[in-house]
Amino acid sequence: MTDFLNAIILLLNFIVVPAFSYGSQLALGALGVSFIYAILRFANYAHGDLMSFGAMFAILFTWLFQSYGINFGILPTALLALPFSIIICVFFCLITDRFVFRYYRIKKSSPVTLAMVSLGVMFIIQAIVRVVIGPADRKFFDGQKFIIKAKKFKEITGLNEGLALKSTQVITILVTVILVSLLFWFLQKTRTGKSMRAFSDNEDLALLSGINPDRVVFITWIVVGTLASVAGTLYGLDKSFKPFTYLNLVLPIFASAIVGGIGSPVGAVVGGYVIAFSEIMITYAYKKFFIYLLPSSLEPSGLVQLLSTDYKFAVSYSILVIVLLVRPSGIFKGRTL
Amino acid sequence: MNSFSGKNMTAGYGGADIIKKCNIEVTQGEIVVVIGPNGAGKSTAMKAMLGMLKLKSGSILYKNQEITKMLPQERVKLGIAFVPQTRNVFSGMTVEENLEMGAFLRNDNIYKTIKEIYDLFPVLYEKKNQNVGELSGGQRQQVAFGRALMTQPNILMLDEPTAGVSPIVMDDLFSRIIEVGKTGVGILMVEQNAKQALGIADRGYVLVNGENRIEGKGADLLNNPDVRKSFLGG
Amino acid sequence: MINKNISELLSLFIMITLFLLVGFIQSWSMSITILNMCIISAIMSMGINIQWGYAGIFNVGIMGFTGLGGLATVLVSYSPVHEAWRVGGFGMIISLFLLILTVVIVFFLNRIYKNNKYKYLIISLAIIVGLVLINYFYRPSVLAIEDVNPAISGFLGGLGLPILFSWIVGGLFAAGVAFIIGKIALGLRSDYLAIATLGISEVIIAVLKHEDWLSRGVKNVIGLKRPVPYEIDLQASEWFISFISYLHSAKLSKISEVLERQKVLDQLVIEGSTIFVKISYLILFTIVLLFILYLANKAQFSPWGRMMRAIRDNEISANAMGKNVVKRHLQVFVIGSAVVGIAGAMMVTQNGLFTPSSYLPLRYTFLIWVMVIVGGSGNNLGSILGGFIVWFTWIEAAPVSLYLIEIFTSGLDENNSFKLHLVDSVPYFRFLIMGVVLLLVLRYRPKGVLPEKVRHS
Repeated sequence: MTDFLNAIILLLNFIVVPAFSYGSQLALGALGVSFIYAILRFANYAHGDLMSFGAMFAILFTWLFQSYGINFGILPTALLALPFSIIICVFFCLITDRFVFRYYRIKKSSPVTLAMVSLGVMFIIQAIVRVVIGPADRKFFDGQKFIIKAKKFKEITGLNEGLALKSTQVITILVTVILVSLLFWFLQKTRTGKSMRAFSDNEDLALLSGINPDRVVFITWIVVGTLASVAGTLYGLDKSFKPFTYLNLVLPIFASAIVGGIGSPVGAVVGGYVIAFSEIMITYAYKKFFIYLLPSSLEPSGLVQLLSTDYKFAVSYSILVIVLLVRPSGIFKGRTL
Repeated sequence: MNSFSGKNMTAGYGGADIIKKCNIEVTQGEIVVVIGPNGAGKSTAMKAMLGMLKLKSGSILYKNQEITKMLPQERVKLGIAFVPQTRNVFSGMTVEENLEMGAFLRNDNIYKTIKEIYDLFPVLYEKKNQNVGELSGGQRQQVAFGRALMTQPNILMLDEPTAGVSPIVMDDLFSRIIEVGKTGVGILMVEQNAKQALGIADRGYVLVNGENRIEGKGADLLNNPDVRKSFLGG
Repeated sequence: MINKNISELLSLFIMITLFLLVGFIQSWSMSITILNMCIISAIMSMGINIQWGYAGIFNVGIMGFTGLGGLATVLVSYSPVHEAWRVGGFGMIISLFLLILTVVIVFFLNRIYKNNKYKYLIISLAIIVGLVLINYFYRPSVLAIEDVNPAISGFLGGLGLPILFSWIVGGLFAAGVAFIIGKIALGLRSDYLAIATLGISEVIIAVLKHEDWLSRGVKNVIGLKRPVPYEIDLQASEWFISFISYLHSAKLSKISEVLERQKVLDQLVIEGSTIFVKISYLILFTIVLLFILYLANKAQFSPWGRMMRAIRDNEISANAMGKNVVKRHLQVFVIGSAVVGIAGAMMVTQNGLFTPSSYLPLRYTFLIWVMVIVGGSGNNLGSILGGFIVWFTWIEAAPVSLYLIEIFTSGLDENNSFKLHLVDSVPYFRFLIMGVVLLLVLRYRPKGVLPEKVRHS
């Protein structure tokens, strides 16, 4: 029985908890990508870097607050900084839209052209982030690091395996739940939210119904900027902030959005968790797990790992490609919010 | 009576003119049908009247005011509603949400109108929380009418409302259209099914090559030998 | 027509002036280095232009094909590591065989159980069984191979052939992989295809980075053979020294002191040897560039090229006319990728080392796209020009922005933190410049500097 419990705790500690927090970060990112795809109808390659842009301002405000001796008690100061970084990120999105994307929207350019335009924006954001804060790896977490430490958990339960719960993981999951619920409430229940769904569903009919496209686009960027800023900050808090890693995040994020069904918010969230769980489950070495469960005569000799952790990212790409081939519309058929 | 008319409309998509000096008028409370062979410019004339297509010459009048330069959305605000032939519903949204979106421009209480539409199309009330994408073709068409009626229009324009539905559904849709007409809305529709459409019409226009060929009372057109020969199959 | 020729000549003139400027201001060696990379970039952007400009295929997996070209140089030119083959070769061959077997089985399962609702379950099971079996042979062999003299080898090595072959093999590698990818993914919508290729290129690079037995992974392969002489050999060879002294005879004859003259000559020989090596590369690269340009132009204005354009401009009607769109797309995807693979092999040949961890999408995918867009998609000369302009800017952005920062902050104190910060950030201004250039071109010159020539024939 203890062996069984140990095995379960092992999985919880190394797969379930990390996958839920990583999945939440992906889900928030994928929601942003999905929103842009559903309303503005292009794949935004700059989204990963937009997240790093938001995270950067969260860090700058964190430093500012810390220099004034302001902190958030046991919670990270970055949460206090987050609203400010959201404002700046949204503002930046609106400016880019006004000076860059709007032109192509009015011209009704093809999605591929817009994707290339987003590459240009991506280069510029990368330059801004690297010039302002530099390319170095930065940790900006403060406050209490663990909610439960592995050692403490072992002491309390008397088990061999410990379950460590980092506060960043819990914060990530909680913030995601709150933000996603708010977003769904907004889309399903408010008039503006419904008008955005209508716009993404059938643009011409939305115009005929008197829905103002400029307003829809305006709100889209507010939502996208907020999501990017929160996702970027949470990722940075949980891992660490390094501008380069955010470019690499674009792919798992796109993978999440497409697996779920690009354009569908439910799909984006589910896709985020699907990608996170697959990445971690496929690259986890189950040796210890089987040692707990199987009689010692059957103990595995190898690591019992399907793919080495080097291929963690490759897993999401493979899933992406498979989904594109098998069911291009994703789990939840997309294109509408 | 409020009337909505296009006078001497000439327009096209880039190259050649599709409609030439075309005249169409509808008054509140009557059902007007535009028929004609394929490519005669029926749908184009209707789009021009809504402002989705720029006129090269001619004018659009509503309540004796010129609205030629107005955007389609602004015409919708004035009380002119339009149901396109295809993609005329929000298929990812529920029936009720479709109706709400139809009333997006209104700031008063829309639930009375929604109730009226449910009275007019009872099947929609039964399916009000279902996604429109899951409904049948005829039901979807009713949603499309309903969405357009939510603006409480004086004029309702229908672009081939019965295209691609079965004959039984078609009869049902026509009787709905009569009912809508009875509420005092002026209906202007383009139809392929000329015989049935003229049967319910107060007046009709026959367009050929973008020009008015014949016009008159619905019943007269039905009995007109030329019309019978060309469009009603003898 | 006249106008277009003028803009081509003008661009050529400006580029030559720029290289001369770099030669005079910085150094000639620098100038030729940039020029060589410009040619390689130009070939890459021509490859992408074949896909995008001819056929409208949006391939964001350039990095992967470049990497495959690089791998080819290692596998062709590096001497085989016999010890590694002895300890692990057999296991690797069995693993490879099992891998192929798994793929074939999955392929047939996919056929047999076409309408079975447990199809994906069955296939997943087959894949898992396959992976477990492969791992049984693969892991021990990998460990054995990587244990062979890990500091300098630890991999299977290559065939030990002359490295020039690798340019062709690099093209073939890229073409082969492109064929597989194309078979799978070319039916997708263009924005999905883009994301799929981006993903696949990351997978390719991940394999190069982590399969140490194949490519030494992040430990890099250094000291690749050269198709051109080594500087050391040149400096020691009689003919080269006399060649250099002949070139500089006027300068040398002015120096009367024998020892002094010998010293100057030695210096000149050393400088001359590096430039000589670079010029040798330059000649090789130029030959390849002109050859590919010739073929690309010939193809573009052949009936085949016209058909590609017809498909690009209106896929639906081309389909209706009975053109086999998918097959044509596959052809053009394979050819374009092969060209990128060749360029990738050339680049590694010039560098003399293969460093899988240096393959980043920004540098090897997105930058190439900037070249294609800036140059003018659909125009081969345009792609070459784009390669030149963009690579030149990419390299010279840092010194130029440093120069500009010095000017603008000249009023500030040497230790002013803002100034120091800006100076530290100099390497990143190239991102800014690239982004701005891309946006400006897309906005004001969407057809590129040299637009596609529309020939009505």
